[in-house]
Order: sequence, then structure tokens, then C-alpha cells
Amino acid sequence: MAEINFTVNGRAHEVEVEARTLLVHLLRDTLHLTGTHVGCDTSQCGSCTVLLNGRGVKSCTVLAVQADGAEVTTIEGIGSRGALHPLQEAFRQEHGLQCGFCTPGMIMSSIDLLAGNANPSEAEIRHALDGNLCRCTGYHNIVKAVQHAARAMAGGASAIGSE
Amino acid sequence: MTTTTAPRAPLIGSSPKRKEDGRFITGTGRYTDDINMPGQLHAAFVRSPYAHAKIRSIDSSAALAMPGIHAVITGEELKAAGVNPLPPGWLHPGIQIAEFWPLAVGQVSHVGNAVAAVLADSPALARDAADAVVVDYDEQPAVAEGVDALKPGAPQVHEKIPGNVVFRWALGDADATDTAMQGARSIVRQHLTNQRLIANAIEPRASLANYDVAADEVTLYVTSQNPHVHRLIMGAFVLGLPEHKFRVIAPDVGGGFGSKIFIYPEECVVAWASKSLGRPVKWTATRSEAFVSDAQGRDHDTHVEMAFDEGGKIVALRVRTVANLGAYLTLFAPAVPTYLYGTVMSGPYNIPAIHVEVTAAYTNTTPVDAYRGAGRPEATYALERTMDVAAHQLGIDGAELRRRNLIPKDAFPFQTAVALQYDSGNYEPALDRALAMIDYPQLRAEQAEGRTKGKYLGIGLSTYIEACGLAPSHVVGSLGAQAGLYESGVVRVHPTGKVTVLTGSHAHGQGHETTFAQIVAHELGCGIDDVEVVHGDTGRVPFGMGTYGSRSGAVGGAALFSAAQKVKEKGRKIAAHLLEAAPEDVDFADGSYFVKGSPGTSKAFGEIALAAYLAHNIPADMEPGLEATTFFNPANFVFPFGTHVAVVEVDVETGSVQLIRYVAVDDFGNVINPMIVDGQLHGGITQGASQALWEGAQYDSNGQLLTGSMMNYALPKAEFLPMFETDRTVTPSPVNPLGVKGAGEAGTIASTAAVANAVIDALAPFGITHLDMPLTPSKIWEAVNAARGGN
Amino acid sequence: MYPAPFEYHRALSVSEALALLAQYGDEAKILAGGHSLIPVMKLRFASPAHLVDIARIPGLAGITEGDGMIRIGAATRHADVVSSPIVRAKAPLLAEAASQIGDPLIRNMGTIGGSVAHADPGADLPAVMLALGATLVATSQAGSRTIAADDFFPDVFMSALRPGELLTEIRIAEQGAGAAYEKRADPASGYAIVGIAVQLASAGGTISSVRVGMTGLGPKAMRLAGVEAALEGQPVSGATADAAASRAAEGIMFIDDARGSAAYKANLARVHAGRAIARACERAASR
Repeated sequence: MAEINFTVNGRAHEVEVEARTLLVHLLRDTLHLTGTHVGCDTSQCGSCTVLLNGRGVKSCTVLAVQADGAEVTTIEGIGSRGALHPLQEAFRQEHGLQCGFCTPGMIMSSIDLLAGNANPSEAEIRHALDGNLCRCTGYHNIVKAVQHAARAMAGGASAIGSE
Repeated sequence: MTTTTAPRAPLIGSSPKRKEDGRFITGTGRYTDDINMPGQLHAAFVRSPYAHAKIRSIDSSAALAMPGIHAVITGEELKAAGVNPLPPGWLHPGIQIAEFWPLAVGQVSHVGNAVAAVLADSPALARDAADAVVVDYDEQPAVAEGVDALKPGAPQVHEKIPGNVVFRWALGDADATDTAMQGARSIVRQHLTNQRLIANAIEPRASLANYDVAADEVTLYVTSQNPHVHRLIMGAFVLGLPEHKFRVIAPDVGGGFGSKIFIYPEECVVAWASKSLGRPVKWTATRSEAFVSDAQGRDHDTHVEMAFDEGGKIVALRVRTVANLGAYLTLFAPAVPTYLYGTVMSGPYNIPAIHVEVTAAYTNTTPVDAYRGAGRPEATYALERTMDVAAHQLGIDGAELRRRNLIPKDAFPFQTAVALQYDSGNYEPALDRALAMIDYPQLRAEQAEGRTKGKYLGIGLSTYIEACGLAPSHVVGSLGAQAGLYESGVVRVHPTGKVTVLTGSHAHGQGHETTFAQIVAHELGCGIDDVEVVHGDTGRVPFGMGTYGSRSGAVGGAALFSAAQKVKEKGRKIAAHLLEAAPEDVDFADGSYFVKGSPGTSKAFGEIALAAYLAHNIPADMEPGLEATTFFNPANFVFPFGTHVAVVEVDVETGSVQLIRYVAVDDFGNVINPMIVDGQLHGGITQGASQALWEGAQYDSNGQLLTGSMMNYALPKAEFLPMFETDRTVTPSPVNPLGVKGAGEAGTIASTAAVANAVIDALAPFGITHLDMPLTPSKIWEAVNAARGGN
Repeated sequence: MYPAPFEYHRALSVSEALALLAQYGDEAKILAGGHSLIPVMKLRFASPAHLVDIARIPGLAGITEGDGMIRIGAATRHADVVSSPIVRAKAPLLAEAASQIGDPLIRNMGTIGGSVAHADPGADLPAVMLALGATLVATSQAGSRTIAADDFFPDVFMSALRPGELLTEIRIAEQGAGAAYEKRADPASGYAIVGIAVQLASAGGTISSVRVGMTGLGPKAMRLAGVEAALEGQPVSGATADAAASRAAEGIMFIDDARGSAAYKANLARVHAGRAIARACERAASR
């Protein structure tokens, strides 16, 4: 067993885990943050995307022990129903989701994209979402949602946690 | 109990944002794997590494000795306990049914066939112990391709089913077809395969069962598109659990595309084990398990003969198909290559004589069943691919050839030569609109110009019809369905005027919580936030057939519309009573009842609801309460149609294809929520295009799946696709009171042929008239290279 | 998705990592970003008893330059390689190729050393290492040695690292702009079906030096000697590029498999080599 101290969505946690525990299972099964999903076992689908020290990563391909000392942000940490993050709002406005399963990963990945490129082109958005699979939308409205969010954030909506 | 007085914009036909999105975008959706129960055990399955083997023995001793292990369950043990095989739900005359045990009994018939289940304190321990179960297999010869399985001397998949024939089925008039063929000016022949696909809903299947000793009731959470069907089949046929002691809940479900219709071995084992051990039991598939255990789709080998007269009109069509159904028959499997395939073989065309023959084969592969479109994409591909081959052969432009053969708008209702009667349609405007949107003549000119410079554009058309919302129940029953195809809807108005709606349909991405709320709110004159849509729980919803075959709007939505009318009518009687008017003199608009001609004298809907529940002052012969149930049993299918056009550019030096434009003009009748319908279409187009270009399950001759992960089975990524250009024509369906048709599968049905046709069109200068899908760069380059005289 | 149990060791110095490697031998695997290792452990294709995590060793990640040489710590993440101003200016080929590894999420975790040492025949970086003539620094308890990229990829999934050795640094001589990486990614995995990396320099309109690496089409990354020979000392021109590209398949035994026929693979080598050379020449000329 290994002891991990880390911060998730701004809250400090100290947990004991088996070394083989994946970060996604620690988040889902121990911390009950079930918004981060598991859709594959070969690091393709991106449903498990979270921010690790501010960068998007596939939490199914990160051992929990690798996150020791880190700051982790999950979909639950970026906004809430009364105070949506601009990307959350944009996915809703543009119908960028259907079954919702890939959505948290798509949103977290898009946060990573917009943090490094505030005004991406359609091609840049599509390229940046290479690590996130959606089987429902054909991506059309996901691309529109990211464009929508980029406009909103340029217009002053804050990147993490809108009012 | 407030009502607005200003006239409201109609809710049906508008695009409010989805009510369900709030939980999904905040990570608070509740999928099966998100649910945990105290004391739960975790299941892991031991699966066959062989496509065909006899089981000599199973040694669980090492697994049972490991820490945290509670049980290892085998097929023999389940059989001894009275558990039955999983039945198919659609029976053709003469069908040969192989026993599909929840855990293998005596033999395994495909790679991934579940052999034993291990129950442990954690999923990791369960996996560790599953790896320690020793199964002694006696490997047998295997066969993977349907055509091979039907050859004399092929390995026998099941000992008792000679020749591996599941059934032989035919539809249409063979003699009339022969005669018309003989008199035809020309006959176009094409052999084509419709490759096997793997659905890959992004949420893997999962189940969690809990046996409540006190109530003697099993509750099963499961990734299902049709929880009542799950309850019926699992309870009555497999496990012997009476329906009133068995509750099935399909919570949020992360996509289905058909693959979550069926009853699977794992949930049967989980439910049985929970009752047997008295503990909650949970199982969640890994993606690797999904690849070998989720029912797969398509897998046809087809010969098409299409005969034309001198005017380019089709006079006859003959189709012979071998359908590979895999190792066992899952729920809808027998219906997919027959009643969902042969019946739509007329497409949008006036074809006087058609004959379709289908032979279904067992093979040592994962079972094959409905996948988005289910039979109709296969039929549309066969027709539309052949139309392009014909256009090439006859020297007629593909758009023109299609136009000559479309059923004219004054021919409806139109009786096809393959059983269906199309109730309505007007096909040419959709074709015209699609050609206009793409600027067809200009594009053809660009194509010709490009070819002189080594740029190979391809333009592909697909004019299609879909037959969805299967009905009526007595007819599907006479054709072998073991269930009716109606839907239930309950509109329950609470004393405050808020509304709970119960539907037997199930949403796993389709947005019913919004569209069904729109229907009911539109009818009752309230806001969509005043209407809560409940689905997916046999403990709350009276009954339901679930969601597949693009049926939810046309059948489930119509049930709710009808229930809302009943509520409105009862409300009218109460209002008339209170307003001291005759019911026929009372009108309802904008959420209020009023006496005709004097809108000042009115009762708000909320007041009527309260009056209904107070029952202090309602008509003497009336029961209190305000609630209505409808089981809507439609009189016919609905028939969406349209024209799709794909434009691709092929790099003939490498064979790679870029999909550069995609135009879709569809007719879904009236549309409840255009935003949601467009979204359904986008996703459908993508799945169909993906069959044309990227996806394909490959088995080797020993039945090993070579494409068993997302590392080697290509799913479409954002980067592969363009933005889609869509438009609609509107021909309301006469079959349901909403005038709606299904939109969930149309994109998939149309797009495979459109994209494949575009690629082949791009290769026309090389004399290439057909290649089988998926149209991978290597396949294209080989064809081009051969055409150029390379080796 | 539960790997078999293992013991986790976090090394905080190279010597500590080497001691652990020496202690556990074959039973130990190095964990850097984990993006090659963890997936195969989840599928239980690999079940090492010990993992030695090197990601937090001070100094093992980072990019520096001096004396015309770029030094990249083995534990440097792909994303940091891509965004490094040093790499972008002085080894643009590496930045271009690294930006096409996997996807952005993978690039945020995966490391340059992990990718190079793993020597996957479809990985992008081995071809780039060959084209750049990189030097790979292997460190063991006996000390450090340098290995030329040309000697680093002996066979499929094999590197020249010996048991007990750790790849600690990648050294690349400062390069000019005459570079290009032409990749066709597998639509499912994102690995290269073919990747051709070209690094060339020109003087007075003549190609003065050139190295071409290829990945994806064979069992390992390899240099395309015929192409290099056809370019060296030739004028920068389309005709030169075409003539050189036509030799891309020279001396290579491609095999027929699920990804295509030998003829198709030879064609891909030629076409992508041609495109890479053309772009590299263009960039060299426009500098």
C-alpha cells in the first residue's frame, strides 16, 4: 500500500492505495467523483480526462501514486449547475453532447486546449480532440461548442468557475 | 398555478436546450458503474481464448484459495440451478436455435464466450482470481465467415445444427422477378460485402444486482435500451424470476446504437448470483471484453442483380444474401437480415418485381444483431451501390438514374413488391434540394477539371427510405416477433399542475427528457420545466418496449401525445362543470380553459388540476385525479426518406481519402426539436461514413478477432470529419397524431452508400467500379496501382 | 482495468534508480510517463513485479543548450519538447514530429526517453533520432556511455540499452530549418503507418548533408541510405527530390500483412519520402 497526499478540486486528500490503483479508480471509487468515466483500456477514448497540475491527462493511464503531491481537477471541480464553466455552458448551448458519457472528458480536454490557444481554428480544435472519442455527435456540435466557449471566454467569462 | 396570458410560441418545433444536459456537463450523471451498494461483490468473467472448443474441465481451486474470493460460478452450476439459455426474440419457421447459456455448458463457440464468473471483494481481486481459474479446453476446428460456414464440409459450429444454417428466408415474387429479368434490356450484377462492425458505445456495458431478502425482490441496474424487455426475457425465460419481484432500472446509459437492446449473459449471472449469495453483485465490462462480447453488426455477403428497361427504369431486382449471425442468436438477430432488410429492398424506387433470399449462418464469432440501422443500412448500401454501378454501366448520370426510378409523389400510398406499404412520401424535392446545396453541375465541372491535374474528387449520392417505428403489433407477431411493438405513456398531473410523464421508451443520448417534455408541455400549455420525464425503471413505468429502430418519437412520443389529450379532455369536463358551460363550449389555449367567445371566463390548467384532486366540485360521475395512460399501437411503420451527397478527395498516390463535404436533405415529417434531430443526424452520418472508410471487424480463419481494441479498430475522430450541411423537407406521417417519423438511424442508413459511392466515383478514371468496404488507403492504392498496370 | 499487483519505487536520484534496477533486474520496469507501459499492464500483457518511477528525479527532465548541442533530459514530456523555444528553433524536426505523437493528452504525460527506449516500430521519435543523428546517453552503475542513434534500434521493440542501464539524456546537434516529418497515422492507434523524417542542410543551392529516417513500415526504425546517397551533393530541386524518393524502398524487405502489401508499403515509403524531401528543401531554401 502507498500513501498519497494530493489535492482534488482544491480539497486536500490523504489516502492509502494499492500501488496498482489507477488515478481514475481512486477518483471514482474512493473519492466518489464519478463524473470522470472509463470508456476503454488502451488510452484512446479520453472519457477519463482530468487536469493534472493544470494539464489534460488520461487518468486511466496514470497510476494514483504518480499523482502524489499533485493538483487534480475533475469535471466536478470546474463549475456547478448554478455556476457553469463557459465550456460547460457552451456544450449545452450548442448541443455538444448526447449520451453525456464522453462529455466530461471532452470538456476537460477543451479546457486544456483553450488554456494554450484562446482562439483555435476549426482544424486546431479537431486536432486537439484527437484523444477524445464521441460516438454520438459526429463532433459537429462539439467543435461548435469549443468555438462558442472560446468566444465567451475572450469576452470575459473566466476560465475556471464562472460567477 | 400561474399561467401566461400572452400567446405562447409553440413548443413542438422549437429547440429549447436539453433538460438532461445539466447533470451531464457537471459530471453528475448517474451511469450504472457510478452506482455502488454497501457489501457489494464484484464479478469478473473467465472467457474462452478459443473460437471453438470443448470444455474438458474447469478447476477453480486455486482461484477459490485466493484472498477475498467468494465464489466461482460455472455453466453447469447455473444449469443445475434451473437457469435457462438466453432465447432469441424473433422466430422464423424452421429456425435452428443453438443453446446460448449464460456461462458455457460443455463447449465454447466464440472467443470471449463466458465460461465462469468469479465473485470477489474488489474488481482487482476478481480479475486476479479469474486469471487463476484453469479451464482445460479441447480445441475444435472453427469457421469465421458466413459464406465459409455454409460450404460442404465446413466445421460444425453446433453439433445438432447441420450445415450451420440458422434459417433460409425469402420475400417477394421469385417467378415475377425471373420473368422480368428475362425480358430486361440490361442486367447489372454486383457482388458486395457489408463488413462486420462493432458498436462501441463509449460506455461499456455494466450491471449491478441487489437481492432484497425482506421484499424477496431483485433489483437490477443495467445498461439497457429497454428495461422492461430485459425484465421480461430475463425474468420469465432465463432466471425464472416473476416480474412483480424483479425490478430493472436502466439509469443514464452512455450510448447504445443497438448493442444495449439485447439480454447478455453477464447480467443474468450477476442477477442470479446476487439472489444466490444474498449480496449486491456488480460487473463492468472492460473495452476489451466489449469487443468480444457485445453483439456486433452487419456482416452480409450479397449478390445483387438489377434489371433495367431501355429507358433506364428498373424492372426487377434480385438479391441473395448470406448473413453471418455469429455463434448464438441474440434477441433481434433473426429479424435484422430479414424483416428489417428484405422489406426495404425497394428503397425509394418503383421496382415492380423483387425477390430477396437470405441464408443465415452460424459461425464461431461473437453474435451479430442490430447495430444502428439494423438491416436497413445493408439494404440501402446494396441498392445504392448497385445504382451507381448501373449508372456507370448504362452511361446515365447517377442523379438522373435515381430520379427516373423514384416513386412519384402521386403514387402514395405505395405498395412495394416486398410487403411494405409506404404511406406517404415526396422524394424528388429532397433530391433536388441536395443537388442544389452541393451545386451538382458546378461540382461535376470541378471534378472534370481536377482530373486533368491529378486531383481526384468523388461525388456520391444516396437516395434512401427508412422504415422505422415497426408496427403494427399483430403484424409483427404474425411474422415471428415474440412481443408487440407499441409503447406506453403516462401523463400524471399533480394537484399543483406540475406534470410527471412516464414513458416506456428509453433515452441514451436521444434527449427524450426534453422532446417528450416539449410534447406534453405544448399540449398542456405549461413550460417544459414543469414536466418531468421518467424513463428506464420498471418500478415506475407501467410497461414499455424501449428504444431502437428509430421508434421513440413516432411511437413513444405519440403515446404521450395521446395521453395528454385524455388529460386535456378530462380537464375540459371539469372546467365546463366549474364554468357552468357545456364541455363542447369550452376551449383550451395557452394553459387555460375558457368558454368559447368569452376568454375572460377561464380556469387555469393548474386550478383544474387542483379541483380534480380536491374532488370537492367535479362532475358527479367522474373519478377524482388527473392522469391518463395510453398504449399507442401504430397502424404502420413510418417512412423517412431523403438524399445525401458526399464529396471526397482521394490521394491516389497513397490511397488516402478525405471526406471534404457532406450534404444531407432528410424528411422526418414534423420535427419536435430541430436541434436534437440535427444532432441525431450528425452522429448517424458519422457512423455510416465510418463504415465506408474506417471501421471493420476482422477475424482470422481460426475465429480470432484481429481488431479487438481501439488500437486496431478505427473509430471516427474529430479530425476525420467535416462540418455537415443539412436541410429538411417536411411530409408529415399520417400514422401518428404528431406526424413525426424516426430520425435516429437515417444518417447511418444513407451515409455509408453516399461515402462509398463518392470514393468509387473518384476512382472512375481508373476504370474502378467497385471495392468492398472499408475503403482503406491500401485497398484503394492496390486498385489504382493495378489499373495503372502495376503489380 | 486492474494491473497485476506490483511494488512501486519512487527514485529521487539516478543512482537510486540504478540501484533499484540492479536489485530487481528483469523483474523491474522503468516508469516515466507510463504511456507505453501502463496500457500493457492494464491488459496484463506485462506484469512486472517492480516499477521504478524516474519522473521526479531532479534534472532528468528539462531542455538546455550549449556549444551547439541541445540536451534533453529523458524524462521530458513530449508536450514540453513541442513547446520548447530551443527545440523549435534548433531542432524543428523534433518539434514537428513530437507534436504528432498520440494525442495532446498523451503528449502531456509521455516522455521522450520513454518513447525512444521503448523502440516501438510505429513510434515517431526513432525515425527522428536517426534523421537528427542524435546521441543517446545511457547510464548504469558503471557510469555513462553514449550510443549513436544509428546503433540504438537493433530490432523490433529492442533498444541498445543493456540490463541495468537507464536512458538519461538525448543530445542533438543544433540543426537548420531544412527538415520535415511526413506521417500517415493509423486511424485507430495514432501510431505511424509510415513516418519519414528528413533533416538536410544546403549550401549554395546544393545539399551539403542529409539524413533520412523511416518508421512504421518495417520491424524497426531505419535510415534510408539510398535516398541519402541520391541527395548528398545534389542541387536542391524537384528533380533531385523525385530521384531520391524513388530509392526509398531500396534494400528493404517489406512484408505483406494486415496493414498492406509489400508493394503498398514500398510505395508509401517513396511517396512520403518525396513529400518530406520536398518540404525540407523548401524550408532549407526559404531560410
